[in-house]
Amino acid sequence: MTETSIPAPRRGVPLWVQIIIWVILVGFLVVIAFQLRRAQQGSVQPGHVIDNFTLPLFSGYQVDGKSEIQIADLRGKVVVINFWASWCKPCEQEAAELQQAWKEYEPTGQVVFLGVDYVDTEPEARVYLKKFGITYPNGPDLATRISQYFRIKGVPETYFINQDGVLQYVQVGPFSSIEQIRAQIEPLLK
Amino acid sequence: MSELFKPEPSRITTYKLLFAALIALTLVLISRPTLAQGPTPTDDEVNRIAKQMYCPVCENTPLDVCPTEACRQWRDLIRTMLAEGKSEEEIKQYFVAQYGIRVLAEPPNRLTTYLIPTIAILLGALLLLRGFQMWMKPSVTQGTAVETEARPGQDPYIARLEEELKKQK
Repeated sequence: MTETSIPAPRRGVPLWVQIIIWVILVGFLVVIAFQLRRAQQGSVQPGHVIDNFTLPLFSGYQVDGKSEIQIADLRGKVVVINFWASWCKPCEQEAAELQQAWKEYEPTGQVVFLGVDYVDTEPEARVYLKKFGITYPNGPDLATRISQYFRIKGVPETYFINQDGVLQYVQVGPFSSIEQIRAQIEPLLK
Repeated sequence: MSELFKPEPSRITTYKLLFAALIALTLVLISRPTLAQGPTPTDDEVNRIAKQMYCPVCENTPLDVCPTEACRQWRDLIRTMLAEGKSEEEIKQYFVAQYGIRVLAEPPNRLTTYLIPTIAILLGALLLLRGFQMWMKPSVTQGTAVETEARPGQDPYIARLEEELKKQK
Protein backbone atom coordinates (compact mmCIF):
# COMPACT_ATOMS: atom_id res chain seq x y z
CA MET A 1 0.00 0.00 0.00
CA THR A 2 1.37 3.32 -0.95
CA GLU A 3 0.64 6.81 0.31
CA THR A 4 2.09 9.64 -1.62
CA SER A 5 2.60 13.36 -1.89
CA ILE A 6 1.82 14.66 1.55
CA PRO A 7 3.48 18.02 1.78
CA ALA A 8 5.76 18.10 4.79
CA PRO A 9 5.66 21.37 6.65
CA ARG A 10 9.01 23.06 6.89
CA ARG A 11 9.64 24.68 10.21
CA GLY A 12 12.32 27.23 10.52
CA VAL A 13 13.20 30.64 11.81
CA PRO A 14 15.24 32.74 9.42
CA LEU A 15 18.92 32.75 10.17
CA TRP A 16 19.07 36.47 10.84
CA VAL A 17 16.31 36.20 13.45
CA GLN A 18 18.11 33.32 15.13
CA ILE A 19 21.36 35.26 15.21
CA ILE A 20 19.71 38.35 16.70
CA ILE A 21 17.88 36.33 19.36
CA TRP A 22 21.05 34.51 20.35
CA VAL A 23 23.10 37.69 20.43
CA ILE A 24 20.52 39.32 22.71
CA LEU A 25 20.37 36.28 24.97
CA VAL A 26 24.14 35.93 25.22
CA GLY A 27 24.52 39.66 25.82
CA PHE A 28 21.94 39.50 28.59
CA LEU A 29 23.74 36.58 30.24
CA VAL A 30 27.10 38.35 29.97
CA VAL A 31 25.67 41.43 31.71
CA ILE A 32 24.23 39.27 34.52
CA ALA A 33 27.49 37.35 34.89
CA PHE A 34 29.49 40.57 34.99
CA GLN A 35 27.26 42.06 37.69
CA LEU A 36 27.32 38.86 39.76
CA ARG A 37 31.09 38.67 39.51
CA ARG A 38 31.43 42.28 40.55
CA ALA A 39 29.08 41.74 43.49
CA GLN A 40 31.11 38.78 44.71
CA GLN A 41 34.52 40.36 44.19
CA GLY A 42 34.73 42.12 47.52
CA SER A 43 37.05 45.04 48.11
CA VAL A 44 39.79 46.09 45.71
CA GLN A 45 42.64 43.70 46.36
CA PRO A 46 46.30 44.46 47.14
CA GLY A 47 48.38 44.79 44.00
CA HIS A 48 45.74 46.89 42.29
CA VAL A 49 46.98 50.22 40.93
CA ILE A 50 44.66 52.88 42.28
CA ASP A 51 43.26 55.17 39.59
CA ASN A 52 43.04 58.88 40.09
CA PHE A 53 40.06 60.32 41.91
CA THR A 54 39.16 63.62 43.47
CA LEU A 55 38.31 64.09 47.12
CA PRO A 56 36.69 67.45 47.89
CA LEU A 57 37.60 68.50 51.41
CA PHE A 58 35.37 69.79 54.15
CA SER A 59 35.83 73.51 54.69
CA GLY A 60 38.64 74.09 57.12
CA TYR A 61 40.76 71.34 55.60
CA GLN A 62 43.34 72.06 52.93
CA VAL A 63 46.30 70.37 51.31
CA ASP A 64 48.91 72.66 49.82
CA GLY A 65 46.34 75.43 49.84
CA LYS A 66 43.87 73.41 47.80
CA SER A 67 40.37 72.50 48.91
CA GLU A 68 40.35 69.22 47.04
CA ILE A 69 42.82 66.41 46.54
CA GLN A 70 43.73 64.54 43.39
CA ILE A 71 45.02 61.16 44.50
CA ALA A 72 47.42 61.11 41.52
CA ASP A 73 49.16 64.18 42.98
CA LEU A 74 50.15 62.11 46.00
CA ARG A 75 52.36 59.69 44.07
CA GLY A 76 55.70 59.39 45.82
CA LYS A 77 54.03 59.29 49.22
CA VAL A 78 52.40 56.55 51.22
CA VAL A 79 48.66 57.21 51.27
CA VAL A 80 46.35 55.92 53.98
CA ILE A 81 42.68 56.20 53.05
CA ASN A 82 40.22 55.68 55.88
CA PHE A 83 36.50 55.31 55.18
CA TRP A 84 34.36 56.36 58.12
CA ALA A 85 31.00 57.83 59.09
CA SER A 86 29.70 59.69 62.09
CA TRP A 87 26.95 57.09 62.62
CA CYS A 88 29.51 54.29 62.70
CA LYS A 89 30.32 53.25 66.25
CA PRO A 90 33.33 51.04 65.36
CA CYS A 91 34.84 54.07 63.58
CA GLU A 92 35.00 55.82 66.93
CA GLN A 93 37.18 53.02 68.30
CA GLU A 94 39.99 53.82 65.88
CA ALA A 95 39.55 57.58 65.44
CA ALA A 96 42.03 58.50 68.17
CA GLU A 97 44.63 55.99 66.93
CA LEU A 98 44.42 57.27 63.38
CA GLN A 99 44.85 60.86 64.53
CA GLN A 100 47.78 59.86 66.73
CA ALA A 101 49.42 58.03 63.83
CA TRP A 102 48.89 61.06 61.59
CA LYS A 103 50.61 63.30 64.13
CA GLU A 104 53.55 60.88 64.11
CA TYR A 105 53.94 60.68 60.35
CA GLU A 106 52.88 64.19 59.30
CA PRO A 107 56.29 65.78 60.04
CA THR A 108 58.07 63.23 57.82
CA GLY A 109 56.18 64.45 54.76
CA GLN A 110 56.25 60.91 53.41
CA VAL A 111 52.81 59.80 54.51
CA VAL A 112 49.39 61.32 53.83
CA PHE A 113 46.25 60.33 55.68
CA LEU A 114 42.89 60.94 54.03
CA GLY A 115 39.50 60.55 55.64
CA VAL A 116 36.59 59.74 53.33
CA ASP A 117 33.24 60.35 54.96
CA TYR A 118 30.83 57.70 53.70
CA VAL A 119 27.06 58.32 53.37
CA ASP A 120 27.01 60.89 56.11
CA THR A 121 25.45 64.24 56.86
CA GLU A 122 27.84 67.15 57.10
CA PRO A 123 26.70 68.61 60.45
CA GLU A 124 27.17 65.25 62.20
CA ALA A 125 30.44 64.66 60.36
CA ARG A 126 31.79 67.96 61.63
CA VAL A 127 30.77 67.11 65.18
CA TYR A 128 32.62 63.79 64.85
CA LEU A 129 35.78 65.42 63.46
CA LYS A 130 35.76 68.00 66.21
CA LYS A 131 35.07 65.43 68.91
CA PHE A 132 38.13 63.39 67.96
CA GLY A 133 40.27 66.38 66.99
CA ILE A 134 40.98 64.97 63.55
CA THR A 135 43.33 67.21 61.62
CA TYR A 136 44.23 65.11 58.57
CA PRO A 137 42.36 66.01 55.37
CA ASN A 138 38.79 64.83 55.34
CA GLY A 139 36.02 65.11 52.82
CA PRO A 140 32.69 63.65 51.79
CA ASP A 141 32.40 60.72 49.41
CA LEU A 142 30.23 62.61 46.94
CA ALA A 143 27.71 60.37 45.19
CA THR A 144 29.59 57.44 46.83
CA ARG A 145 31.95 57.38 43.85
CA ILE A 146 35.10 56.67 45.87
CA SER A 147 33.56 53.93 48.00
CA GLN A 148 32.12 52.32 44.89
CA TYR A 149 35.53 52.39 43.27
CA PHE A 150 37.09 50.65 46.28
CA ARG A 151 33.99 48.44 46.58
CA ILE A 152 33.94 48.86 50.33
CA LYS A 153 31.68 46.53 52.27
CA GLY A 154 31.16 48.87 55.18
CA VAL A 155 32.90 51.29 57.49
CA PRO A 156 35.49 51.53 58.83
CA GLU A 157 37.81 50.29 56.13
CA THR A 158 41.36 51.53 55.60
CA TYR A 159 43.49 51.25 52.47
CA PHE A 160 47.28 51.54 52.43
CA ILE A 161 48.73 52.65 49.10
CA ASN A 162 52.46 52.76 48.39
CA GLN A 163 54.48 55.49 46.68
CA ASP A 164 53.75 54.02 43.25
CA GLY A 165 50.01 54.13 43.77
CA VAL A 166 49.70 50.38 44.31
CA LEU A 167 47.35 49.14 47.00
CA GLN A 168 49.30 47.19 49.61
CA TYR A 169 46.90 46.34 52.40
CA VAL A 170 43.24 46.59 53.31
CA GLN A 171 42.10 46.81 56.91
CA VAL A 172 38.47 45.82 57.26
CA GLY A 173 37.06 46.96 60.58
CA PRO A 174 38.66 49.20 63.15
CA PHE A 175 42.28 49.24 64.28
CA SER A 176 42.67 48.22 67.88
CA SER A 177 46.00 49.96 68.42
CA ILE A 178 48.39 52.42 66.83
CA GLU A 179 50.93 49.58 66.44
CA GLN A 180 48.62 48.00 63.91
CA ILE A 181 48.74 51.17 61.83
CA ARG A 182 52.52 51.50 62.17
CA ALA A 183 52.95 47.86 61.16
CA GLN A 184 51.41 48.65 57.77
CA ILE A 185 53.14 51.96 57.16
CA GLU A 186 56.70 51.21 58.25
CA PRO A 187 57.45 48.51 55.62
CA LEU A 188 56.26 50.91 52.92
CA LEU A 189 58.71 53.60 54.01
CA LYS A 190 61.76 51.32 53.74
CA MET B 1 29.96 133.70 54.43
CA SER B 2 29.89 130.47 52.58
CA GLU B 3 31.97 128.89 55.29
CA LEU B 4 29.00 129.28 57.65
CA PHE B 5 27.01 126.71 55.65
CA LYS B 6 29.70 124.16 55.55
CA PRO B 7 28.68 121.27 57.76
CA GLU B 8 31.21 120.18 60.27
CA PRO B 9 33.18 117.02 59.42
CA SER B 10 31.87 115.23 62.50
CA ARG B 11 28.27 115.95 61.49
CA ILE B 12 28.92 114.55 58.01
CA THR B 13 30.14 111.31 59.58
CA THR B 14 27.06 111.16 61.80
CA TYR B 15 24.72 111.67 58.85
CA LYS B 16 26.56 109.03 56.87
CA LEU B 17 26.34 106.58 59.74
CA LEU B 18 22.64 107.23 60.22
CA PHE B 19 22.01 106.86 56.52
CA ALA B 20 23.97 103.59 56.38
CA ALA B 21 22.10 102.27 59.44
CA LEU B 22 18.78 103.16 57.80
CA ILE B 23 19.73 101.32 54.61
CA ALA B 24 20.97 98.34 56.58
CA LEU B 25 17.73 98.22 58.58
CA THR B 26 15.67 98.42 55.41
CA LEU B 27 17.66 95.61 53.84
CA VAL B 28 17.25 93.44 56.92
CA LEU B 29 13.50 94.03 56.96
CA ILE B 30 13.20 93.28 53.25
CA SER B 31 15.25 90.11 53.44
CA ARG B 32 13.70 88.89 56.68
CA PRO B 33 11.25 86.42 55.15
CA THR B 34 14.09 84.51 53.43
CA LEU B 35 16.34 84.49 56.47
CA ALA B 36 13.74 83.45 58.91
CA GLN B 37 13.40 79.80 59.76
CA GLY B 38 9.94 78.45 59.20
CA PRO B 39 8.05 76.43 61.77
CA THR B 40 9.54 73.04 62.54
CA PRO B 41 8.31 70.61 59.88
CA THR B 42 6.17 67.76 61.12
CA ASP B 43 7.14 64.10 60.90
CA ASP B 44 4.58 63.65 58.15
CA GLU B 45 6.17 66.37 56.08
CA VAL B 46 9.60 64.85 56.56
CA ASN B 47 8.39 61.33 55.83
CA ARG B 48 6.59 62.43 52.69
CA ILE B 49 10.03 63.12 51.21
CA ALA B 50 11.87 60.39 53.13
CA LYS B 51 9.71 57.61 51.74
CA GLN B 52 10.88 58.54 48.25
CA MET B 53 14.46 57.75 49.20
CA TYR B 54 16.63 54.82 50.21
CA CYS B 55 19.83 55.07 52.19
CA PRO B 56 22.67 53.12 50.46
CA VAL B 57 23.64 51.62 53.82
CA CYS B 58 20.24 50.07 54.44
CA GLU B 59 19.24 48.69 51.09
CA ASN B 60 15.59 47.81 50.55
CA THR B 61 14.41 49.85 53.52
CA PRO B 62 12.75 53.16 52.69
CA LEU B 63 14.20 56.09 54.55
CA ASP B 64 10.95 56.95 56.35
CA VAL B 65 10.87 53.62 58.21
CA CYS B 66 14.57 52.80 58.42
CA PRO B 67 15.61 52.52 62.07
CA THR B 68 19.37 53.05 61.73
CA GLU B 69 21.31 56.02 63.01
CA ALA B 70 22.40 56.97 59.49
CA CYS B 71 18.79 57.19 58.34
CA ARG B 72 17.77 59.14 61.42
CA GLN B 73 20.47 61.68 60.53
CA TRP B 74 19.16 61.86 56.98
CA ARG B 75 15.63 62.52 58.22
CA ASP B 76 16.96 65.24 60.51
CA LEU B 77 18.71 66.79 57.55
CA ILE B 78 15.47 66.75 55.55
CA ARG B 79 13.72 68.43 58.48
CA THR B 80 16.43 71.10 58.65
CA MET B 81 16.26 71.75 54.92
CA LEU B 82 12.46 71.99 55.01
CA ALA B 83 12.72 74.47 57.86
CA GLU B 84 15.14 76.48 55.74
CA GLY B 85 12.45 76.71 53.11
CA LYS B 86 13.94 74.23 50.62
CA SER B 87 11.47 72.60 48.26
CA GLU B 88 11.02 68.86 47.89
CA GLU B 89 12.84 68.92 44.56
CA GLU B 90 15.75 70.89 45.97
CA ILE B 91 16.11 68.43 48.84
CA LYS B 92 16.07 65.44 46.51
CA GLN B 93 18.63 67.10 44.25
CA TYR B 94 20.89 67.71 47.24
CA PHE B 95 20.69 64.07 48.30
CA VAL B 96 21.39 62.87 44.77
CA ALA B 97 24.43 65.15 44.56
CA GLN B 98 25.70 63.95 47.93
CA TYR B 99 24.93 60.25 47.79
CA GLY B 100 24.25 59.36 44.18
CA ILE B 101 21.17 58.70 42.12
CA ARG B 102 20.57 55.35 43.79
CA VAL B 103 19.07 57.10 46.82
CA LEU B 104 15.93 57.79 44.82
CA ALA B 105 13.16 55.21 45.06
CA GLU B 106 12.12 56.05 41.51
CA PRO B 107 14.49 57.10 38.76
CA PRO B 108 14.24 60.72 37.71
CA ASN B 109 11.57 61.40 35.15
CA ARG B 110 13.84 61.68 32.16
CA LEU B 111 12.88 60.81 28.63
CA THR B 112 15.60 58.16 28.33
CA THR B 113 14.60 56.47 31.60
CA TYR B 114 11.34 55.22 30.16
CA LEU B 115 11.86 55.59 26.42
CA ILE B 116 14.82 53.21 25.99
CA PRO B 117 13.28 50.27 27.91
CA THR B 118 9.95 50.80 26.12
CA ILE B 119 11.61 50.79 22.71
CA ALA B 120 13.70 47.74 23.67
CA ILE B 121 10.61 45.83 24.85
CA LEU B 122 8.61 46.76 21.75
CA LEU B 123 11.44 45.77 19.44
CA GLY B 124 11.89 42.49 21.30
CA ALA B 125 8.17 41.73 21.14
CA LEU B 126 8.10 42.56 17.44
CA LEU B 127 11.10 40.36 16.81
CA LEU B 128 9.60 37.45 18.70
CA LEU B 129 6.23 37.87 17.03
CA ARG B 130 7.81 37.84 13.60
CA GLY B 131 9.97 34.91 14.54
CA PHE B 132 6.99 32.87 15.77
CA GLN B 133 4.91 33.78 12.75
CA MET B 134 7.59 32.53 10.41
CA TRP B 135 8.18 29.50 12.55
CA MET B 136 4.54 28.45 12.62
CA LYS B 137 3.77 29.22 9.00
CA PRO B 138 3.86 25.95 7.05
CA SER B 139 5.52 26.12 3.70
CA VAL B 140 5.28 23.60 0.94
CA THR B 141 8.58 22.20 -0.05
CA GLN B 142 9.06 21.29 -3.59
CA GLY B 143 9.78 17.67 -4.37
CA THR B 144 9.34 16.27 -0.94
CA ALA B 145 6.74 13.76 -1.68
CA VAL B 146 6.92 11.03 0.79
CA GLU B 147 6.34 7.55 -0.10
CA THR B 148 5.49 5.30 2.68
CA GLU B 149 4.83 1.71 2.22
CA ALA B 150 2.79 0.05 4.89
CA ARG B 151 3.54 -3.47 5.83
CA PRO B 152 0.75 -5.89 5.14
CA GLY B 153 -1.92 -5.50 7.75
CA GLN B 154 -0.42 -2.27 9.15
CA ASP B 155 -2.50 0.81 9.53
CA PRO B 156 -1.30 3.35 6.96
CA TYR B 157 -1.43 6.11 9.55
CA ILE B 158 0.84 4.16 11.87
CA ALA B 159 3.18 3.60 8.98
CA ARG B 160 3.28 7.31 8.27
CA LEU B 161 3.82 8.14 11.89
CA GLU B 162 6.78 5.80 12.06
CA GLU B 163 8.22 7.38 8.96
CA GLU B 164 7.88 10.84 10.46
CA LEU B 165 9.52 9.69 13.66
CA LYS B 166 12.42 8.27 11.69
CA LYS B 167 12.87 11.62 10.02
CA GLN B 168 12.88 13.39 13.34
CA LYS B 169 15.75 11.16 14.47
